[in-house]
Amino acid sequence: MGLLVEQVVNGLQFGVLLFLLSAGLTLVFGIMGLVNLAHGSLYMLGAYFAVWFAGMTNSFVLGLLLALAATAAVGVVTELVALRTLYRRNSLEQVLGTFGLVLLFDEAAKVVWGPAGLSLAPPEWLSGQVSVLGVPYPAYRLAVLAAGMLVAAGLYWLVSRTRAGMLLRAAASNRSMAEALGVNTRVLFSLVFALGAGLSALAGILAAPLLTVHVGMGEEVLLLAFVVVVIGGVGSIRGALFGAVGIGLLDTLGRAYLPGLLRGVFSTPVADAVGPALSSMLIYVTMAAVLLVRPEGLFPIQRRAEAGRVVSAP
Amino acid sequence: MECIVAPRGRGPDLKGLTMNLRVLAGLGVLVVLLGALAYTTFSGRNEGIRIGFVTTLSGGSAAIGADMRDAFELALDHMDRKMAGHPVTVLYEDDAQNPDVGLQKTERLVQRDGVQFVTGYIWSNVLLASYRAATDRGVFVVSANAGPSELAGKQCTPDFFSTSWQNDQTPMAMGEVLSRRGVKSLYVLAPNYAAGRNMVAGLKRTFRGQIVAEEYTQWPDQIDFAAELAKIRAAQPEAVWFFFPGNYGTQFFKQYAQAGLMGQIPLFSSFSIDHLNLPQIGELVAGSLLTQHWGPDLAYPVNRKFVDDFKQRFGRTPSFYAAQAYDSALLIRTALETTRGDVENHDALRNALARATFESVRGPFKLGGNHFPVQSFYLYDVVKSGNAYDMRQLEKVYTDHTDPYAVDCAMAR
Repeated sequence: MGLLVEQVVNGLQFGVLLFLLSAGLTLVFGIMGLVNLAHGSLYMLGAYFAVWFAGMTNSFVLGLLLALAATAAVGVVTELVALRTLYRRNSLEQVLGTFGLVLLFDEAAKVVWGPAGLSLAPPEWLSGQVSVLGVPYPAYRLAVLAAGMLVAAGLYWLVSRTRAGMLLRAAASNRSMAEALGVNTRVLFSLVFALGAGLSALAGILAAPLLTVHVGMGEEVLLLAFVVVVIGGVGSIRGALFGAVGIGLLDTLGRAYLPGLLRGVFSTPVADAVGPALSSMLIYVTMAAVLLVRPEGLFPIQRRAEAGRVVSAP
Repeated sequence: MECIVAPRGRGPDLKGLTMNLRVLAGLGVLVVLLGALAYTTFSGRNEGIRIGFVTTLSGGSAAIGADMRDAFELALDHMDRKMAGHPVTVLYEDDAQNPDVGLQKTERLVQRDGVQFVTGYIWSNVLLASYRAATDRGVFVVSANAGPSELAGKQCTPDFFSTSWQNDQTPMAMGEVLSRRGVKSLYVLAPNYAAGRNMVAGLKRTFRGQIVAEEYTQWPDQIDFAAELAKIRAAQPEAVWFFFPGNYGTQFFKQYAQAGLMGQIPLFSSFSIDHLNLPQIGELVAGSLLTQHWGPDLAYPVNRKFVDDFKQRFGRTPSFYAAQAYDSALLIRTALETTRGDVENHDALRNALARATFESVRGPFKLGGNHFPVQSFYLYDVVKSGNAYDMRQLEKVYTDHTDPYAVDCAMAR
C-alpha cells in the first residue's frame, strides 16, 4: 500500500512538471497558432540561468526568481525578433524556424556553459526526506508537487477570473473578432509568450535539482509536452493539467507495475523483454486512443469560425 | 471578405510567388557556398589517410563525444598528424545518440567522403545499426567504446575491431568483486538497450548471490527514476548495482541520494562514474567501488604522456572514453606502419590490424581472435584528492581477460 501511494505521488509530481512545461506550449500553440519547438530551449535556459544565479547569490530561491525573469526576458526578445514574423506563416515554416532557434540556443548554451552537465543543489531545507504515510519521501519532490499545484491554481484564476484571461480566451476563440473589438493582440501575444516562457523556465528550474542541467535537456521533454497538449486539447489549460497529470501517472505506474504484471502472464525472459518496451509505448498508445475517440483532445477549445473561412466554405 | 481576411496558405498569390523566388535565390546561394566548401574539403581526396569519427556531439551526451574527439586530436598531434608518413584527415560526425543518424553518417563517410577507417561509436545500438554500412564496402570499423556481444560472438566480422572492451567484461569484474566481498543479494538496474542487456548478463555471470530484481528502464528517454527508487526501497535488497552511462548516471546518483537511500543501501555501478561526471557527483560517490580496464593513474609511459598532455591542453582529466579513442588512433597507426602506409591491400591491412601490438595507455595492447582486446581489469574507488575527486586503483581483478563471447566467433577458432 505504501509503495502504491509513493508511486502515485511520484506520478503526480512528474505530471505537475509536465503541466508547467505544456501549459506555456498549449497557450502559444492554441492562441497564437504557433508550433514552437523552441519551447524546450526556454526550459533548458531556465535551468542554466538558475545554476548561474543560484551560484552568484548562494540562494536557490533568489536564483529561481532571477532565472525566471531572465528567461522571460529572453522569451520576449525572441518573440519580438524572430517569432513575430512566423505567426502568419504555415506550420512547416514555423517548425523550420523554431527548430533553427533550438539549434541556436543549444549551441549558445554549449559555448557559454560547456558540453558537460551542471548541477543545481536543492535548497538546504528541502534536501531531506519527509514521511508520507510512513514512507520517507524526498522533500524536494513534494515541494515541486506543491509549487506546481499552486501555479496551476494561479493560472486557472488568471484565465477564468481576470480581465486579461478574458481577452486571452477571446483571442483564442476568434482572433479577428477580438481585434475588431479593439484588443491589441500584438501586446497580448507578447505577454502570453512571456508567460509561456516563464512557465517553461519554472519547469526547467524545478527539474534541475532532480536531473542534470545539460544541453539538449529541452528536446528530451518537448515530445512529451506535445503529447500532453494534443491529448488535452490545443489551447486548453485545463486540458494541459489533466493531460499532464494523466500522462505522469500512466508513465510512472506503467514503469512500476507493468513488468511485474507481464511476468504473471509470460515467462520471465519474455516479460523482461516486452515490459520496458511496452511501458515506453504506453503514452503513445494512449494518445492514439484518445485521438481516435476525441480527435480534438479531451478539452477542446470552442472555436468560432473565422470570417474568411465562412465565406470560402461552399 | 476573401481579400480582407485572406485564408493562410491557400492557392498561389503574388506575395507567395515573390516569396518562393526569394527562397529559390537563397537556396541557389547556399548550393554555391556548399559547393565551394565541398571543393576545398575534397580537393585532397585520395591523398593520405582518411578516417571518419562517429560520436555524439550534440544533446546530453555531447561531453562524452567531445572528450573522445579531444583525445583523438591529441593522438594525431602526438604523431605530427601523420601515420606511416602519410598526412591524416579526420572527419568528425555527430550521431545525436540515435542509431538512424549514426547509420546515415557512417554511410556518408564511406560513400561520399571515401574514408578508409571509421572509428568512435559510443553506443552499442548505434554501432550495431551502423557498422555494416562500412564493413560491407571494405571500410574498417574500429569501435572506441561500444562493445555489443553480437560483434564479439556469432556476428563477429573480419573488418571490425575494438579498442575498448566487450560490454560484459567490466560488470563481470564487478560481479566477481561483489561475490568476494560477500554481497548476498542485489537489485539490478540498466537501460533497455543492447549495452544495458549485456552489462546485466555480464554481472550475472560472476555474481554468485541472489538477484532480487532486474529492472530495465526506457532508453534514451528516461531521466527520472522515482518509480524505480520506490521499488528499491520496498524490496530492501542488501545492495544495488546499476549501469547508467554519462548524464544518466549522474541523475541516478543524485536521485538516489535525494530519496535518502545513499548510506542505507550500498550502491555499486559500472560505467556510471567517469572523469566527466566526477566534478558533479564526487562528493556523493566518494568511496564508491567500480571496475575499469584503465585509469589515469596507470603507470605506463604512453599513459603518462597522454594524461599529462590532455590535462595541460584541455584543463581536465581525460575519461576512459578519451583513453579508448587515443588507443584507436594508435591501433590504426600501428597497422599502417606495418603495411608501410598501403591502404589498397585490404587483406594485408586487416592482418596488420588484427596482429597489431603496441604500447597503449593501458600497457601492451593485443587483440583476441574476435578482434576485441585481451586485457586486464582493475578495481577502483573514488577518493578525494585536493579539492577534486579522483579514482584510485585498489587491486587487479582480471589479467589478460578474454570476453565470454569469443568462443562463439568463427574467426576466433
